[in-house]
This record gives sequence, C-alpha cells and structure tokens, in this order.
Amino acid sequence: MNSDATPSSSTGTRRIAIDPVSRVEGHGKVTLLLGADGKVQQARLHIVEFRGFERFIQGRPYWEVPVMVQRLCGICPVSHHLAASKALDVVVGATKLSATAERVRRLMHYGQMLQSHALHFFHLASPDLLFGFDSEASRRNIVGLAQAEPELARHGVLLRKFGQECIRVTAGKRVHGTGSVPGGVNKRVTKAERDELQAALPAVLRYARAGVALVQRLHAMNSELYESFGTIRSPLLSLVGPGGRLEFYEGLLRAKDADGKTLLDGVDPKAYRAHLDEEVRGWTYMKFPYLLALGKERGWYKVGPLARVQNCDVIHTPLAEAERQAFRAVHGGALVHAPLFSHWARLIELLHAAEVIEELLRDEALLGEPTVTTGERVGEGVGVIEAPRGTLIHHYKVDGNDVVTLCNLIVSTTHNNQAMNEAVRVVAAQYLDGHEPTEALLNHVEVAIRSFDPCLSCATHALGRMPLELEVVDEAGARVGLLRRGSS
Amino acid sequence: MSSFTLDGHDVPFTEGQSVLQAALAAGHPIPHLCAHPEFKAHGSCRVCTVKVNGRMVASCTLPAAAGLAVESETQELKELRQGLVQLLFVEGNHFCPSCEKSGECKLQAVGYALDVRTPHFPQLFPDRPVDASHPDLILDFNRCILCELCVRASAEVDGRHAFALSGRGLTKHLIVNAESGLLKDTSVAVTDTAVTVCPVGVILKKGKGFAVPIGQRTYDKAAFGFEGKKP
Repeated sequence: MNSDATPSSSTGTRRIAIDPVSRVEGHGKVTLLLGADGKVQQARLHIVEFRGFERFIQGRPYWEVPVMVQRLCGICPVSHHLAASKALDVVVGATKLSATAERVRRLMHYGQMLQSHALHFFHLASPDLLFGFDSEASRRNIVGLAQAEPELARHGVLLRKFGQECIRVTAGKRVHGTGSVPGGVNKRVTKAERDELQAALPAVLRYARAGVALVQRLHAMNSELYESFGTIRSPLLSLVGPGGRLEFYEGLLRAKDADGKTLLDGVDPKAYRAHLDEEVRGWTYMKFPYLLALGKERGWYKVGPLARVQNCDVIHTPLAEAERQAFRAVHGGALVHAPLFSHWARLIELLHAAEVIEELLRDEALLGEPTVTTGERVGEGVGVIEAPRGTLIHHYKVDGNDVVTLCNLIVSTTHNNQAMNEAVRVVAAQYLDGHEPTEALLNHVEVAIRSFDPCLSCATHALGRMPLELEVVDEAGARVGLLRRGSS
Repeated sequence: MSSFTLDGHDVPFTEGQSVLQAALAAGHPIPHLCAHPEFKAHGSCRVCTVKVNGRMVASCTLPAAAGLAVESETQELKELRQGLVQLLFVEGNHFCPSCEKSGECKLQAVGYALDVRTPHFPQLFPDRPVDASHPDLILDFNRCILCELCVRASAEVDGRHAFALSGRGLTKHLIVNAESGLLKDTSVAVTDTAVTVCPVGVILKKGKGFAVPIGQRTYDKAAFGFEGKKP
C-alpha cells in the first residue's frame, strides 16, 4: 500500500487538514492522518480544483495550442508555449528548425528559467530561509525581505526583470507572448534589443553569483536543518544534453535511482510512454506518474533543479560548473535528496541560465530572419522540455483537418506529486508537536511544498486568495480540532 | 461642399455619403463593426449609433444631409455602444488570449476603444464546434458577430453564395450553404473576399495563425477608428 492510501481500518486515527496551503500559487490542501500513537500515518497533498486543459484543447486547431496552453501558468508560461511548439514542430514536419528560430526559442526559455528561478527563490522561498520558518508571517514575504534585506530583494527583482526582458524581446510580451509557432518563431530580435540585454548582463551575472553564495552561507549556518528537513529518497528524472550536460531545451531522458545508479539513459523523450505511466487516485485531481520499470509502489521520482543538477555529468558554462562541483562535493558525490538543497541547485541553474544567455547574445544567428520550417505532416507529436520546476511533457494528436484530437500534459508538479506527499509526511512527522495542529507545523509543511514548487496551478487550477485551515478529524470523520488563519 | 455638424465640428460630405462615411473621411472615428467601405450599409450591429435631433440612428445608414446636428462622443452613446459590444462578447465564445485574430480583430479593437473591460453580462458559452473540413480554411463559429460581411462578400463579390445566417434572435447563427453544412462542400477558395473580410476570428486560413508578432499587428499600432490616439 502507498503511504498515502486510505487505511482500510484502524482505530484511534485522526486526520489533520491544512487547507489551503499559502504562498504557493494554486489552491492546495494537506491532510494528515494520525495513528492512535499520535504519529503521522499518512500525508496527502490534495489539489482541489480541476483545470481541464487536456480536454478543452481537443477540437481546437493545432496552431492555436502553443498560445492557449501557456495560460496554464503565469510564472512559467514559456515552458508550455515551447513544449507545445516542440510537439507541433513534429506534427508540421519541422525536423530541424532554422538556427535563428532555435536561438530565439532558447533565449526565451533560458530567460524564463532565470526569471522563474529568481521569483521562486527571492520572492517566495527566501523569506522562510532568511527569517526562519516560524518568524512573523507579516514579515515573511517579499515586502518584508525588501525592508530587511533591500539589496538582496533588489537583486531578486532585477534578475527577474532581466529574464522577463529576454522573454519580451523573443515572445513579444513578458507574460503570455506569441513568439514561438509550430516550426519556428515569428519575431525578430533586433540588434538594439540584443545590445540592451548585453549591457545588463554583467550585473545579472554578479547577482546570480551572489545568489549562489547566499544559499551556500545559509546551508553552512544551519546544515543540520538543510540536511534533514523533509528528506525523501527517490529516483531522479530529467533531460540531459549531449555529453550528459545540463540542458533545459532539448535532450534525452535520464533517470537515476536514489543511490545514483542509472535507471534510464539516452531515452528519446518522444518514447516517454514506454517508460512512464500515470496513476489516477480518487482524492486528488493530480495524477501520479511512475517509472514503469519500478512499478507504481517504487517508481515515483523527483524532477526539477535537484534532479537536473545531480543527473547531469557536467555543466558546460564555467561559473555554474564550478558551483555544481562545490554542490556535489558536500556529500562527496553522493546524491542529495533533501528538499531544501533544491534552492541551492536552483540558484546554480539560475547562474547557468545567465551564462547561456550571454552565449546566445554573442551568437549572430540570434539576429537572423525569423523563419518557420515545415515538412511532411504527421499525426502525432511529443514535446519535452525542462521547465523551471522540472521535466514537462506535451503530447498531441492532430487529425487530417488540423484539429487536435488528443492532448496529454505531464507537468513538473505532477511528476513531483508523490515526492511532495512524501516530503510533507516526513516534515509533519518531524514537527508535529503533540496531537494538535500548530502554526509551526503549518509553516514547516508549506516550506516543504514550496521547496519543490511555489506553483500548483499548472497541474490543475488556481483562483483566489489562500487562507489556511488546519483541521483534525478522527477516523469517523468528526472534527476534533481546527486552526484557521488568513492569507499570508 | 455641404456639411453637417458632428459634436459641434463641421463635417463636409458629398452626395450619397452616409454620416458614418463622411465622419470617417473627415477623421472623426465613430466606432462601427458591420459597416465596410466595399459593401452597402447594413445597419445591423448598431455600434455606429449616433443621436440626431433627439433620435438614435445608425450612422452607417443615415444619409448625410446639410444642417444635421449629430451627436457621437457622448456618455450616453458610449454606454449604449459598450452595452452592444458586451452583448456580442457574451453571446459567443471570444477568448482573446488564445485567439489568433487578437490584435487584428475589430471587435477586440472596438472593445478597447470603448473601454470595455469586462463582459458585464452573463456569458452564454454556446457550444459551437469548429468546421475544419476545408483543406485551406477553418471556420470558428464561436467568434461570429453576425455582421454578414462574409455573406455579402461571398454573394456580391465572389459570386458563390457560400454563407448565410439562419435562425432568429438568440438562435441566429452563421451557416454554410452546402447540403452537408460543411465548408469543404462549397466552392469557397482561400483567395475569396469573403475570407479576408471577416472582422473577427471566424474565417481563418489554416496554419497561418500568430504569424505576425505582438507589436506589429494592426491594432498594436493604432486603435480601431482612433488612429493617432493611444490604443
């Protein structure tokens, strides 16, 4: 039985609900089932809204899809924009894009990685890490950060701004642009736009390096917490590029087991269905993907920065590679599974994104004519990309009339679903004090979720403010305790 | 040259011009949707409604006449036009964020020009599947505003009579003049005027969507009927 499965029968168990989870984009709810001994028996991260993109994409013309699906997310829309475009490149027969189209898309994507990682760390997660998980809630946010650490907050804001500018010059808008189309791109990057980005790069690289240094200092100051908080061992999945290098846009699938032994390597992502399957569970709208080779019970895995930085053999940009080596040296090369380490990996990736952008801005092919390539039409396409929070799979079937007949999306948050449930269970077990829900428990559970993902809506749906409710229910369903607070 | 006044400004006109035509020619942007310079005035959308001698009248069908005192830029007329446009938005399924006509769509441009920021009325969410049967064209009925420009163009210019409106009131809808009801069974060609005249995103060339980047689309550069002003 999965640790989150409904117990068949027991006595004295109680259920605690954290509803919803705050400072996470999206509407989440956590329930904890306590055994008679007061220990956490089970944790479930529920996603309680339904989004339905996979259904309403059906019946729409294929060229509309890259623009429509990016509305899944306001933080990383470019991921969906490009994953859909890549899938539809296959459909329109664009086996190889023009050099310009490929560079423009990469600039869009690496700009997005940079801005999204900056938002995730500086705006959403760093207040927890800097002020403490139980510090005053009104201070534990980006405004509090700006008051207490104005220079750091400024770095975060400017990094994000730079990433969004990369998106604007390639997609036409900072959020929800239209730059990528099946087979290529529609927008030219002008020399003036390129020069403006280049002028900002030295500061961006400086802020990015300072960000990695900050995370290292935080780890050093409280290594015990960072090592133990919510640690869950699991396989890791990501794309890797040629030579096993870190790659966000185009690569082959690699999976390692929790000890680092290779489970999959060199797998064409178009064949994802031969290696991954998804389980549906009745209590959440999020599916549970797993590696077929390991089965439903043991096949769940982690994606995202922690997986990518440890799955790759090398980072081809020097500054980030030096940081990767420092990261790996902490555990003597052994894989790290502690969720808080993902922020360190995230900042290394942010630095890498800045270095790749520097490379792209030096490449004259970036400034070429925007072109669209077509070839022999096929009826099905898979596009896989490394989104900020992990591997993102878009899969479409298109009929002879150009209408989408099937859409399957496995987003990063969904890949991490079981891992987040497990992390919540571990953290709850670590921080549950007595039998009653406490603010401290809520804070710690949220920090665990946020280390994976500040954004749950891409997996389902999100609307509105997020007050927090924690409910204790006994096995018979009777409420025995309730803790509620406003949004933070 | 004879003239009438529009919001106090003298507007010259030539014999046979409508108030709308004369106003547009003189640089006075009266919002409109179903009117088109190539086609006879239709007077169905009522967005170009003005007030003359205390009466509301569609300016596209009102012959210009010397001495008319026409009101257009008034709060009363703005609210009337807003209501008409809002009704059009809720009657169909107009999802501008993913519509390839965004930035080129007259309904969207008029909506912006009239400060329409919300649908205001309850959405009807009609169920209208697309007709993708034609090899080069796709019909997305979700966005039809019943302007009949395609009907008129297909009949009067293309000589094909491929489109028509059917039903009445809320059930009124665009149909294809073929026994199967499918565009593939008409003689409509991608070069037809009926294809290019659609002011919204109903009649679309396949595989061409989003070819123009944001910033270079028609209404990125100038607001509809309000050229020279900030969109």
